[in-house]
Amino acid sequence: MTPDYLLIQIFNGLVNGGFYALLALGLSIIFGMLRIVNFAHGVMYMLGAFVAYYGAQLLHLPFFAALIVAPILVGAFGLGIEVTLLRRLYGLDPLYNLLLTFALVLVIEDLMRLAAGALGSPYQAPDILSGATNLGFTVYPTYRLFVIVVCLIVCAAVYVGIERSRLGARIRAATEKPELTRAFGINTSRLVSGTFAFGAALAAFAGVLAAPNTNVAPNMGDSIIINTFAIVVIGGLGSILGSIVAGFALGVIAAVGAVLYPPISNTLIFIVMVLVILFRPAGLFGTPERSA
Amino acid sequence: MIAGRRGALVGAALLALGLVLPFLPGVYIIFAIDLVCFALVAMALDVLLGFTRLLSFGHALFWGGSGYVATILIAHGITSFPLALLAAVAYAFVLSALVGAISVRRSGIYFTMITLGIAEIQYFLAYQLIDLTGGDNGLTVATRGTFFGLSLEDDHVYYYLVLAVTAIATALAVRIVTSPYGAALAAMRENETRAKSLGYDTDRLKLAAFVFSGTLAGLAGALYAIANRLSGLDGVDWHTSGAIIMMTILGGIGTIYGPMVGAGVFQSLDYFVSKTPIGDKTNIVMGLVFAIVILIARRGIVGEILHHLSARAPRLVEDEDDPDLLVPDISAETA
Repeated sequence: MTPDYLLIQIFNGLVNGGFYALLALGLSIIFGMLRIVNFAHGVMYMLGAFVAYYGAQLLHLPFFAALIVAPILVGAFGLGIEVTLLRRLYGLDPLYNLLLTFALVLVIEDLMRLAAGALGSPYQAPDILSGATNLGFTVYPTYRLFVIVVCLIVCAAVYVGIERSRLGARIRAATEKPELTRAFGINTSRLVSGTFAFGAALAAFAGVLAAPNTNVAPNMGDSIIINTFAIVVIGGLGSILGSIVAGFALGVIAAVGAVLYPPISNTLIFIVMVLVILFRPAGLFGTPERSA
Repeated sequence: MIAGRRGALVGAALLALGLVLPFLPGVYIIFAIDLVCFALVAMALDVLLGFTRLLSFGHALFWGGSGYVATILIAHGITSFPLALLAAVAYAFVLSALVGAISVRRSGIYFTMITLGIAEIQYFLAYQLIDLTGGDNGLTVATRGTFFGLSLEDDHVYYYLVLAVTAIATALAVRIVTSPYGAALAAMRENETRAKSLGYDTDRLKLAAFVFSGTLAGLAGALYAIANRLSGLDGVDWHTSGAIIMMTILGGIGTIYGPMVGAGVFQSLDYFVSKTPIGDKTNIVMGLVFAIVILIARRGIVGEILHHLSARAPRLVEDEDDPDLLVPDISAETA
C-alpha cells in the first residue's frame, strides 16, 4: 500500500463522512428537540434524491436548483408528518415515536418501490462538476471534491447558526428547558415543527448531493441510516458538534480501516459505537446528564 | 390474564388452534410452520419488552444467527436435529449473555441502539463470511435432519414438533413471568428506583430476562431455518428485528399470548396482501397497520380486548397521564 493510496482512501472517507455528518446533524437536532430517534431520516434522504431524479427527468430541473427545491419539498413533507402524526405521541415513551417513524419507513419505501421500481436509476452530475481534478498526488473526481466542500460549508453554517443566532438560542433553550422557554412566551411547538422540518430538509439536501454518487433507489436510505444512528450515538445524542465531528471522523476511519483490513470496514462503525456506549455513554461530545 | 383460570383457558385455546391449524381451509403447511416459529419469537421478545420495557431492535441477532448455526452444522454433515438445534440454542444463549451484559446497564434509546448496532455487526459478518454462510445467496441444506431416527422431511411431522417445542417454551415463559422472579420484574417495570431500594439487583433481573428472551428467539430462528432448509441475510437484517417488534406490539405487549396472536395476524395479513395487486410491497399495508396500532391502540389486539373486558375492574392508569409508562398497565389483571 502506497501513501498515495491511503490519501485517496482518506478523501473517499471524507466524502462518505460528509454524508454521515449532514444526516447525523439533522438527526441530532431532531433528537435534541423532540427526543425522537427518527428512523424516517433515511427516507427523507431517499426522497431528496428522487426529487432531483424526477425533477431532471420530467421538468429538466438542473442539479443546483434541485439542491434548493428538494429540501423545501421534503421539509414540507416532514412538517406534515410532525404536525399530523408525531405530535400525537409526545409525552409518551419516546420509543413509540421511534416505532412510528419505523412504520413510516416501511410504508414510504414500498410506495416508492411501487412507483419507481426497486432497482433504481443513475443521475448525472452537472457538466461543470464532472471530470477530475489534479490534487498533486492523484487525480480525483471533481464531483467528490465538491461534495466534501459543500458538506463542510453546510455543517459549519448550521453549527454557527445554532450556536450564534437568536433563533438558535431559542432552539437551544427549548431543547434544554422546554417549560421555562414556554414560560418566556416562546412558541415551542412551532420550534419543534420547524426543527423537524429543517432536519428533514437537511437529509433531502444530502440525498440530492448523493444522487450523482450512487444509485437512486427506494432502499438507498436503508443502510446509511443505521450507520448514521451509530454515528449520532458516538458523537453524543443531541450534540451538534459531536455529530459533525463523528460523521467525518467515522467516514475516514471506516475508509482507512477498509484498506488495513477489508472485512472490518462495514462493522467498524458499530464496534466503535459499542465501545463508546460502554466507556463514555453520553458520547464523545455529549453532556453526561443526557445519557440514560 | 396470564396466570389463573383465564390464562390457562387462553393458552389452551391457542394450543387447540395450533393443533388444527394445518387442517383449516386454505392453510398451507409451510405457512403454518413459519407462523408458529414467528409466534415463538414474538413471545420471546415480549418476555423482554413487556416485562422490562427494554426495546431490543436486535432480536434478528438471535433469530437469524441461530438459524445460521443450525444450517451450517447440517451442511457440514451433522444431521442430528437435536444436536443442530441444541448448538443453535447454545449460540443464542452465549450471545445473549454477552450482549445482555453490555446492554442492560443502559436504558431507553441507548439500549435500543446497542442491540441494533451489535445485530448489524453480525449481519456484516454473515455477509462477508461467504464460505460459511453463502453470503448473498444464503445457505441451503438438503435435509432437516433426523430426530432420534425419525425423519423430519414430512412437513406435518415437523409442524407438530415445532408446535410441541413452542407449547413447552410458552408454558415455561408463563411459569417464569408468574413466578416470584416475574413479580420482581413487574415491580422493577413499575418503579425501578423503588425496586432497587428494596434490594433487588435490577441489572441482574434485566440480564436474566434478556438471556431468556434471546435464547428463545434463537430457538425459534433455528426451527424456522431448519424448516425452510435455508438461512439467509434476511434473517439477520434489522428489518427482521423490526418485524418481530411489530408482531409483538400488534398482539399486545406484556401478555405473552398476545404476541403469538400478533404473529399469526401479521403473517396472515402479509400473506393476503401479497396476493393483491401490490404484490411484494406488503409493507405499505403492514406499516400502515402498525402505525395505526402505535397511534390509537397501543395495548395491541389482546391487550385492548382485555382492557375492554375488565371494564368492571378499577380504572387503569391512562398511559397519557404517565409519560414513563411504555406498557399499558394490565398487570392488575394478572391476579
